Amino acid sequence: MAKLMQLKQDKRTQMVWFVALGVLILILPFLAGMLGQAWVRILNVTLLYVMLALGLNVVVGVAGLLDLGYVAFYAVGAYTWSLLASAHFNLHYPFWVLLPLGACLAALAGLMLGAPVLKLRGDYLAIVTLGFGEIVRILMNNFDKVGLPWSDETYNITNGPRGITGIDGLNLFGLDLRKGLDVSGFNVSGFNVSGLQLYYFVFLAFAILSVIGVYRLQHSRLGRAWQALREDEIAAKAMGINTRNIKLAAFGFGALTGGLAGGLFASMQGFVSPESFGLLESIMILAMVVLGGMGHIPGVILGAVLLSAMPEVIRYAADENVQQKIFGVVLIAPEVLRNLIFSLALILIMLFKPQGLWPSPEKK
Amino acid sequence: MSIDVLLQQIVNGLVVGSVYALVALGYTMVYGILQLINFAHGEIVMIGGPTSVFATKWLLSMGRPSLLALLIAILVAMVVCAVVGVAIERVAYRPLRNAPRLAPLITAIGVSILLQQLAILVFGRNYFTFPELISRDPITIGVVTVTMNEIVILLASVALMAALLWLVHNTKIGTAMRATAENQKVAGLMGIDVNKIIAITFAIGSGLGAIAGVMVASNYGQAHYYMGFMLGLKAFTAAVMGGIGNLWGAMVGGLILGLVENVGLIFVRGDYKDIFAFVVLVLVLIFRPQGLIGERVAERA
Amino acid sequence: MADMLFTAEGVTKRFGGVTALDNVSMQIPRGSIFGLIGPNGAGKTTFFNTLTGLYQVDEGKFLFDGKPLNVKAPHEVAQVGIARTFQNIRLFGEMTVLENVMVGRHVRTKAGAFGAIFRTPSARREEAEIEQRAHELLAYIDLSKRAGDKSRTLAYGEQRRLEIARALATDPKMVALDEPAAGMNATETVTLRTLIERIANDGTTVMLIEHDMRLVMNVCQHIVVLDYGKKIADGTPSQIQKDPAVIKAYLGGAHAEVGAKA
Repeated sequence: MAKLMQLKQDKRTQMVWFVALGVLILILPFLAGMLGQAWVRILNVTLLYVMLALGLNVVVGVAGLLDLGYVAFYAVGAYTWSLLASAHFNLHYPFWVLLPLGACLAALAGLMLGAPVLKLRGDYLAIVTLGFGEIVRILMNNFDKVGLPWSDETYNITNGPRGITGIDGLNLFGLDLRKGLDVSGFNVSGFNVSGLQLYYFVFLAFAILSVIGVYRLQHSRLGRAWQALREDEIAAKAMGINTRNIKLAAFGFGALTGGLAGGLFASMQGFVSPESFGLLESIMILAMVVLGGMGHIPGVILGAVLLSAMPEVIRYAADENVQQKIFGVVLIAPEVLRNLIFSLALILIMLFKPQGLWPSPEKK
Repeated sequence: MSIDVLLQQIVNGLVVGSVYALVALGYTMVYGILQLINFAHGEIVMIGGPTSVFATKWLLSMGRPSLLALLIAILVAMVVCAVVGVAIERVAYRPLRNAPRLAPLITAIGVSILLQQLAILVFGRNYFTFPELISRDPITIGVVTVTMNEIVILLASVALMAALLWLVHNTKIGTAMRATAENQKVAGLMGIDVNKIIAITFAIGSGLGAIAGVMVASNYGQAHYYMGFMLGLKAFTAAVMGGIGNLWGAMVGGLILGLVENVGLIFVRGDYKDIFAFVVLVLVLIFRPQGLIGERVAERA
Repeated sequence: MADMLFTAEGVTKRFGGVTALDNVSMQIPRGSIFGLIGPNGAGKTTFFNTLTGLYQVDEGKFLFDGKPLNVKAPHEVAQVGIARTFQNIRLFGEMTVLENVMVGRHVRTKAGAFGAIFRTPSARREEAEIEQRAHELLAYIDLSKRAGDKSRTLAYGEQRRLEIARALATDPKMVALDEPAAGMNATETVTLRTLIERIANDGTTVMLIEHDMRLVMNVCQHIVVLDYGKKIADGTPSQIQKDPAVIKAYLGGAHAEVGAKA
């Protein structure tokens, strides 16, 4: 009986924490807004990273397929939005066409890459996906002068390294998110919801949907098959699992999530260029998954939040003024210091927590 | 397309390819023993570049003859890189030998970023000019134009690869290395100091990488903190294409990659050069999943 | 003639110049416990791998449940109704005991990504069935208490039993056990023996590939002995025990390890 009371008590404290966390998440953009809109943008980007890390988690953490070119799918989503909703081709399709389209194109790219290469074992797959990521980036860089063999005329598709500017924002049935929301009419004088804060809530909704989707997948027949594949491919086959098909499914789902996040990213930034989709970005997302705790959703979210927030916080802490105050001189260029601390953190966390910061529990 | 152009590109390809091969050996040796992608190897190669630049400049300023300066500089670069390589293994990889497989990969990536940043701190962000110790003036042999530098690179690479093969197949250390790669546990039971052998492997791979770094620096006349990134990526591609874990695979993979890239330039615009490596890699692996020379890893029940 | 579930007719498999299986034939009656034995390197594992689609036969054929067994990929074997365990236990270590058995239901269920994400009624119903069946099987092998633990935390004998439950979850007509007694102590072997007999009594044919002579002789109704890829004996345990060729193979020259546990 006492034990039961204890359990109830635990449940209640858990509930309190849960509600507190929920409230914090809801007021976070306004707290950040007090520091400046740049911080709201950091929050938004963090939410996108949560989505990306969750998507890659299905591929790497759950199914155990090492993908080093994941950012390519993010790029496909971002460029789909950018090309079809900007002044570049003077096309302006609405979000409900572009977000699903971008996600589907990314998934298609995932399946096309996956079909021939998924039979490769672990590290071979890693280098091929890495190569794929690089191919996509180089194509984005060079598709500003696509020529046909039989003519000298070239076409500008991606605008090359200069990137695409003037991208439409997210327009939710008449409400242009970038413009923000003026709620001063509701007697709260001078209180405005900025465009970035509106984006925060849209991204939050998508991030929550991703969590639900990934959670449900992971705890389904397909999810168990993925885990079985990760643990022992031969035994999985002996259980009648068509490993090829479920590998493709994992790749496709991961790409889908990446493509969706890409479209959202383009709609917020208003500018995309190949630079945002390099190998380092893929590696960063992979690090989020591994550092947080592969296959464990709370861990992956923690990893994403930590790794996307850490560089920004370090950027602030490593600021020249701060160094000036402490040492009297700027010892190390802030950018270098930031990367130094970041890389040391990666190494140390892995050395001391090889399973990740928050791995899945031993007992369920 | 004229045959002259083709021949010229083949020669260029062999030069670049032999550098790829030297770097690829470093990846493949480590992979063969630890099944670990040593992501930091490209940065180790990079360190060889600026180190040799500073060493040669200092030696030249001391009035040493240029050839001696170069040789000493290479030695210095090799020692520095070997020390760095062994230290990385000791600190960042060894504690994780029994950890989940992706953990050492992430530390390797961390080390890679760390080395780049340290290089910026130590050497700075600038391009350093490498003194022209071996002539970079074009020599025409028949229809092909080469430089003395390129000839030296080719010959030195061949010599180094032959030496490595001899070491691995004909010495006690080489036997121990092969045994460790085959089965660490059994090798340990046979009285082989596995940790020592792994450290030696890192030292040799890093040493070869250092020479490759010097070659690149001397061939292009410059060194840079970022030079290891693409070079490492290409070399790793070459190692996988050849069949990772296999020495011959790394050499053949490196040469083929160099050839494909340079011969390909005849047909396709230079902007797409970097795509080539990866397209070829994908094609090779689709038809030979184990790589060109790699052994087939049979599924065992 | 009894109803045969499985028949091999003149199966031959060569690797380069080596003939690993030489014209091997055998018949397994439905519902029986069948033993496949032989010294190390006799070809038991090769036979098993050929049967389960890892290798293709060079000559001969298999009949299963009245139809030619024609599997091109390992995952099709479970589909037709043959489940297996592994000599060196291959559980999904990071998954719970219950989840391991649930994976076994994969081949008899069909919910996909859509059903999982949107929790459609049919997917929910199927999931409940999977879980219920898995619990039943855990009760069957007496592991219900450990349902929520990661399977790598189980004791050795428990892991063996869990592997069998996972195989049974695929609703097999025949379950092939590859040296299930290897590494087991005497008590565990007795438990295993009871379990094998119960499985056969409940209607699933058992193919037992084993080194432990005592287990094979006690539990099997019918035994085939392989040596150097050839079938050297075929009969009941008492016939096998008296067979001079078997005695020679086990005691003679090259392999003197009677009942050795590999």
